This record gives sequence, structure tokens and C-alpha cells, in this order.
Amino acid sequence: MNKIKNIFAGSGGIIGVGIVIGVLAPLLQKWGNPGNMGICVACFERDIAGALGLHRADVVQYIRPEIIGFVLGSLIAAYLFKEFRPRLGSAPIVRFFLGVFAMIGALVFLGCPWRAALRLAGGDGTAVIGLLGLIVGIGIGTLFLRGGYNLGRTQQTHTAAGWMLPLFMAGLLCLMFIFPQVAGEGKSGILFYSVKGPGSMHVPLAVALAVGLFIGFLAQRSRFCTMGAIRDFILFRQTHLLSGFIALIVTALIVNYTLGQFNPGFEKQPVAHTMHLWNFAGMALSGLAYCLAGGCPGRQLFLAGEGDGDAAVFVMGMIVGAAFGHNFGLASSPAGVGPHGIPAVIIGLAFCLFVGLTMRKRMA
Amino acid sequence: MSKIIDARGLSCPQPVLMTLDGIKAGQTDEMIIRVDNDASKENVSRAARNRGWSVADITEEGGVFSITIRKS
Repeated sequence: MNKIKNIFAGSGGIIGVGIVIGVLAPLLQKWGNPGNMGICVACFERDIAGALGLHRADVVQYIRPEIIGFVLGSLIAAYLFKEFRPRLGSAPIVRFFLGVFAMIGALVFLGCPWRAALRLAGGDGTAVIGLLGLIVGIGIGTLFLRGGYNLGRTQQTHTAAGWMLPLFMAGLLCLMFIFPQVAGEGKSGILFYSVKGPGSMHVPLAVALAVGLFIGFLAQRSRFCTMGAIRDFILFRQTHLLSGFIALIVTALIVNYTLGQFNPGFEKQPVAHTMHLWNFAGMALSGLAYCLAGGCPGRQLFLAGEGDGDAAVFVMGMIVGAAFGHNFGLASSPAGVGPHGIPAVIIGLAFCLFVGLTMRKRMA
Repeated sequence: MSKIIDARGLSCPQPVLMTLDGIKAGQTDEMIIRVDNDASKENVSRAARNRGWSVADITEEGGVFSITIRKS
């Protein structure tokens, strides 16, 4: 086991995981997921919020099995390699609101860092602006880190506490079996389903779940994190995680090109808009929030799977943030930013600055 | 006497920042960093090696890793 463990922690492991995601995400698009959205953690959590009726944007409602798979795949890997460590207590309420604003920023841009990469790999030029925003947001976050920002230590806790998010995810999966999608119907039992729009576009449940489990397993082993990739490069000039992120982009580009899914340009890209300033600012807000919370949305799912209750709280914050995002008109659409998206980004940036400036503690 | 850095309960980048601060301080040729998760263990080891230090020993007790690093 130890030998395998080392393989995943090495540079081959992280690049391998980037390649796996880079192959599978465009394939998921080919098989039915929305354009340049083979996997988008933010979008898919938003779809889950919609399926549960936390918001009622009827084009984005679906329990995405990929997300369930990410958490459960990580849980399986963590148990198999004896890395399941139930822990929590590092300022959970702050992490909740970081999750809320991270999601609001992501919904203004229309994607998490994974999707920014996939949009770029699909030829969407607006993704470059989003990625620049992400880098600037994380860059601001590293200034706080250098200044002593941190949310404090976690505590070991009950095993059952570490199981909370995995159990929630298992519960969502059960709901999908109890209330399966009915063709042409917007509701099945208590679950909402999209009959049109991105929420109606999805691969079969078993495929989504299998891919999610596989990626969740590998990402737990390799600590794949898109925010960490940029953060570690800025902070330490370390390219370990960055090599995985770049491998994802390059692989997805090649696979998209091969599959005929590469359409270069800025206009009329799938589930994207061309209000560049707000693409930039939305991602800057998200990047800063991810940096202050210590992981990109994907990494937070993988951490939650290995027992990190604080990461689980961040995930719940993102799901609630998605509900705010659509209920309050903060989320963008291909037509542009929502009616209240701009003030929400400004409030979010102010919140993150407040957190970054006030939460310092010397640890050494 | 080696310097001990207690990074238990912290997740990255904090343990790495604390390790690098210790290396930068230049007061010792050996440090022991305590962390309690595998990702931090790997990150601290990697960061130390990148700065030309060697990882002399890693022990685990009760879920806490003690990483001994030495200036090469």
C-alpha cells in the first residue's frame, strides 16, 4: 500500500490525475453533460440546490451523481489507505460564508476553476479572463497568508462527525432512486428535474457516479487542487499541483479537438457570457474565497470525504450560496450578469477582505 | 537541540509556511515538524527537499506525524 501511496503523491501521480480528468470531462460532454461542463463542481452543486428546490431556476435542477461520487470515492480511498481523519472546528461559520461567496462569484463567471479550464480547453476565450481573475484572487489571498491569516486549528472528532457529508451524499443518491426522473416532467416526488437547459443535459446516472467515484478516489490520493496549484506557485514557486492543473487543460484540449468539441472564439460559447469585467471579478472573488478556505470546490469535496468537517461546511455554504445566487438574481446567464450580480460580487470581496484582515493568529 | 514546530490541526499552506519560516530563520540545522494529516506530511517533506534540506525521519504516533528534517 505504501508504495502505491508514494506513486500518487509524486509528480507522476498528480499529472496522471490531471490527465484522467482531462480525458473524462470532455467525454462526459460527448456523452450528454452540458457544453464545456463535463465536470463543474460549482455548477453541479448549484444543480443539486435546484433539484432540492432551494432555488427554482428551472433550467438548472438535477442531483449530479458526479458530486456524490467525488465525496464517496474520496471516502473509499481514505479508508483504504488509512487516511480517514475526522476533524473539525477551524472557524466553520466563516468557512460557510466563504463557501456562499465563492459560489456567488462562480455563478457570476459561470463556473469553478475546473470549468474555467474546460471552457479554455473548449476554445472559449472568455475563460482566459476568468482564469486571470482566479489568479488575481488567489494572489490577494496569498498576501493574507503571508501576513499571518489563518482560521485556526482543527480538533479531532467523532468518526460519525466525519461521516456527515458522505451520508448526506448517500442520502441524495437514495432520493434519486426513490424519485427517478420522469421524461418530460419537471418534478418527481420531492425532487425537481430540468426538462430543458443545462440541468436537463446529463449522462446516465451510473456513468456519472462511476466517473465521480473514480476521480474522487484518485484526487484524494493525489491531493489534486486547482486553487492550491496557483497558490503554491505564487507562495513557494512550487509547481507540483500546478503540473496537474496544466495536465488537465492540455489533455482536455487534445481530447476536445479530437472529438470535434473545440470551437475557438469569445461569442456564443456554451453557458458563458462576454461581460469580461464581471467574468474577471466573479472569478477573483471565488479565487480569494477558495484561498482563504484552503481549497478549490473539488478539493473541498475530497477533504470532506476524508473526514474534514470544515470542508463539509464549506460545501454546504456553496449549496446555500447557489440558492441565494438564483433566488436573488445574482447568477449570470448567457445574456450576461444577473440584475443583482454586481453588488453581490462587491459585497463578497468586502467580506473576504474583512475575513483576511481580521483573522490572524501567530501559530509558531 | 532541534527546533520543534507544532503544526497539528493546521492544513496547508500553514505547515509549509511555518517550516519555511523555520528554515529561513537559519538558527538550526535540524527541525521536527508535527502535523496530523497526510497531505501536510507530504507537502512539508516536499517543501523541505525543495529548499535543499533532507527528510531524515518520519514517525507516526496517535495520528500525529513527526517529520525530522536536516540541512544537507
